[in-house]
Amino acid sequence: MDLATILSILDATIRLSTPLLLACLAGLYSERAGIFDIGLEGKMLAAAFAAGAVAAVSGSAWLGLLAGMAVSLSTTLLQGAAAITLKGNQLIAGVAINMLAAGMTTFLGQTWFSQGGRTPPLAPGGRFEPITLPFANELAGVPIIGPIYYELISGHYILVYIAFLMVAVTAFVLYRTRFGLRLRAVGENPKAVDTAGISVVKQRYQAIIITGLLCGLAGAYFSIAQGSGFGNNMTAGKGYIALAALIFAKWKPVPAMFTCLLFGFLDALQIRLQGASLAGIEIPVQAIQALPYVLTVVLLAGFIGKAVGPKAGGVPYTKER
Amino acid sequence: MSARRPLPRWADIALLPAINLAMAFLVSGLVVLMVGENPLHAIQVILYGAFGYGEGLGYTLYYATNFIFTGLAVAVAAHAGLFNIGGDGQAYVAGLGAVVVALALDQTHWLLAMPLAVIAAGAVGGFWAFIPGWLQAKRGSHVVITTIMFNFIAAALMVYMVNRVLKPATTMAPESATIAVGGRVPQLRQFFSFFGYSPVNLSIVIAILALIGVYILVWHTKFGYAMRVLGANPTASRYAGISNSKMIMITMTISGALAGMVAINEVMGVQNRLVLDYVAGAGFVGIAVALMGRNHPIGIMLAALLFGALYQGGQELQFVIPGITREMIVVIQALVILFTGAMEGLFRPSLERAFMLFSPEQKTEAIAVSTAKSES
Repeated sequence: MDLATILSILDATIRLSTPLLLACLAGLYSERAGIFDIGLEGKMLAAAFAAGAVAAVSGSAWLGLLAGMAVSLSTTLLQGAAAITLKGNQLIAGVAINMLAAGMTTFLGQTWFSQGGRTPPLAPGGRFEPITLPFANELAGVPIIGPIYYELISGHYILVYIAFLMVAVTAFVLYRTRFGLRLRAVGENPKAVDTAGISVVKQRYQAIIITGLLCGLAGAYFSIAQGSGFGNNMTAGKGYIALAALIFAKWKPVPAMFTCLLFGFLDALQIRLQGASLAGIEIPVQAIQALPYVLTVVLLAGFIGKAVGPKAGGVPYTKER
Repeated sequence: MSARRPLPRWADIALLPAINLAMAFLVSGLVVLMVGENPLHAIQVILYGAFGYGEGLGYTLYYATNFIFTGLAVAVAAHAGLFNIGGDGQAYVAGLGAVVVALALDQTHWLLAMPLAVIAAGAVGGFWAFIPGWLQAKRGSHVVITTIMFNFIAAALMVYMVNRVLKPATTMAPESATIAVGGRVPQLRQFFSFFGYSPVNLSIVIAILALIGVYILVWHTKFGYAMRVLGANPTASRYAGISNSKMIMITMTISGALAGMVAINEVMGVQNRLVLDYVAGAGFVGIAVALMGRNHPIGIMLAALLFGALYQGGQELQFVIPGITREMIVVIQALVILFTGAMEGLFRPSLERAFMLFSPEQKTEAIAVSTAKSES
C-alpha cells in the first residue's frame, strides 16, 4: 500500500467515525448521569430526517442543522419524561424511541415528499461544504506532511471539527467543572447528590439535553453533510455501534474518541476490502462488519479489561419519604 | 407515597393496559389526522383487512404466530428479571437449524421433518441466547447490551452463511435451495379453503402449544417458581438456595428457543427457503406484545392477535388510503411500547387514587393524603 491509499483509508476513517463520535459523546452525558440510553439510534434517525427535510425545503444547511437538533432534543425530552419524571424503564423507553423514529421518518417522508421515504436531493446551499483549512493548498506539495495535512486534516465538514472539539470540551466539562462533578455523582450515587441539596431530576434533565443536542449534530451529519438528503433508515445501526463504542471506551471521553476512530477504521476497511484477501485467505466482509460488536462483547465479558458502567445507571431515582 | 394502595387485580391486568392502548391509538389517530386523512376510516379499513374475509384473517393469524413466539420469548426472560432484546437475532440464526433439517429431510414427510426442525431451530435459537445468558451469569455483562450486539453479529453471520454456504451455485439471489414439499409445514388452506392464499400454516399449532407450555412452566413447575423468585428478588433466590447463574442461563436458552420458532413459520411455512432478513423486526414486536400482554400467555395471545391484525390491516391500508403507508403500524407499535411500557407511570397513580375514592374504607385515607399534599 502506498501513502495515497493509506491516506484515503484514514480520510474515510475520520469521515465515518464522526457521527459515531458525536453519538458516543451524546450517550456519555446521559449514561454518566445514570440514564441508560439505547435510543441513540432513534434520536439520530429523527434528527437526520428533520435536517434533510428542512434543508431541502429551506435550502439552508444551517436551518436544517437547527431543525435536526430541535427534533432530537424533543425526542430526548420525551424519553426523559418517561425515564426520569415517570420513573419508567429506561431501556423500554429507548426501544420505543428507536421504533418511533423508524416509523415516523419513513411515514412522514413518504407523506410529505412521496419519494419512497427519501427527502428531495439538496440544493448546493442545503448541504455543508468541506472546509479547506488555511495553507492546505500551499502545503499540499510538501512531501509527507503536505498530503497528510491536505488530505487528512483539511477538507472535512464543519461537523467533523466540532465532533473532535467536543472530545476536549467533554473531557473538560466532565472532570474540571462543578457541573461535571455533579453529573458523574448523579450517575454513581444520586442519593448523595440529593442529600447535598442538588436536584437529581434537574441534573439528569440537563445531562440528556446535551445528549439530545449532540445526537442532533450526529443525525444532521448523515443527511446534510455526508449524504445529500435523507434516505430510509439512514443511520443503519450506527447508534448501536456508538453505544458499543461507549462501553468499549468505559464511558470516558478520550478513549471514546479512539474507539470511534477504531470502529470507523474497521468500517472504512470493510468498504475498501470488498473481496480482498490477506495472506492468501479471503477475509469475509461480514467478519469485519461484525468485529465492533464482537469486540464489545469480549470486552464486556471481561476478557480484555473490564467495563463497569456508572453504578446508578438504569435505576430511576426515587426520593425516600 | 406510602398511603397508596395497589390496584385491584382486574384493573391492573385489564383496565390499565386498555387505557394505555387507547392512548397509543389516540396519538396515532392524531398523526393520521395531521397528514390529512380520516383516522376512523383508517380503523375501518384495518379491521376489514384483518378480519373481514378469510384470506385477511389468515394473514392476521400468520403474523400473530410470529408475534406469539417472540412475545413469549420476551415474557419468559422477563419473569426471571431479564430483558431479552435479541429475539430478532435469535429467530434469525434459528433459520439455519430449520433450513438444514428441512433440506435434509425434504424427501420424507413433514411429520418427520417438522418436529426435528423444531428441535434444530430451538437449539440454534436457544444457543444464540445462551451465550448472552452465560456472559451475564458468569461474567456479569449486561444481557441487554450483549443481546443487542448479538442481533448485529447474527445479521452479519447470516449474510455470510446464506451467500457463501447455503446458496446453490445455480441461483443468483441470496437465498438457500428451495425446500421440497416433504420438508414444508402444511398450510391451513390445504384443510380449509376458507383461508384463500394466506400463508397461515401448522406452525400456529406450535404457537398454541408454546402458550400452554409457558403457562405450565412459569406457574406450575418448581423451575418456573424459581424463575419468578429470581425475577422478583435475586438476593432472596440466592439465599433460598437457587443457583441464579444456572437459572439465568437456562431461562435465556428457553427464551431464545421460543424466538427460534419464528424460523419454522417463516422458513418452512412461508418462504420454503432461507432468505435474508426474514424476521423483519418480529423480535421487536415481541417486546410490545409481552409488555401489553403483561407477560401472561393469554395476554400475549391477545396482543399478538392485535399486532397481527395491525400488520395485515396496515398492508391493506396502504392500498386503500395511499396517504398512509404501512410504517404507520411501526409508529403505533412504538407508541404502544411507550405508553404500556415506559410511561406506565402516567396513569397508574391517578387510577390508584380514583380507586381509593371508590372504596369506602380507603376513602378517608385518600382524602387525608390529598389534603396533606395540598397543604404542604
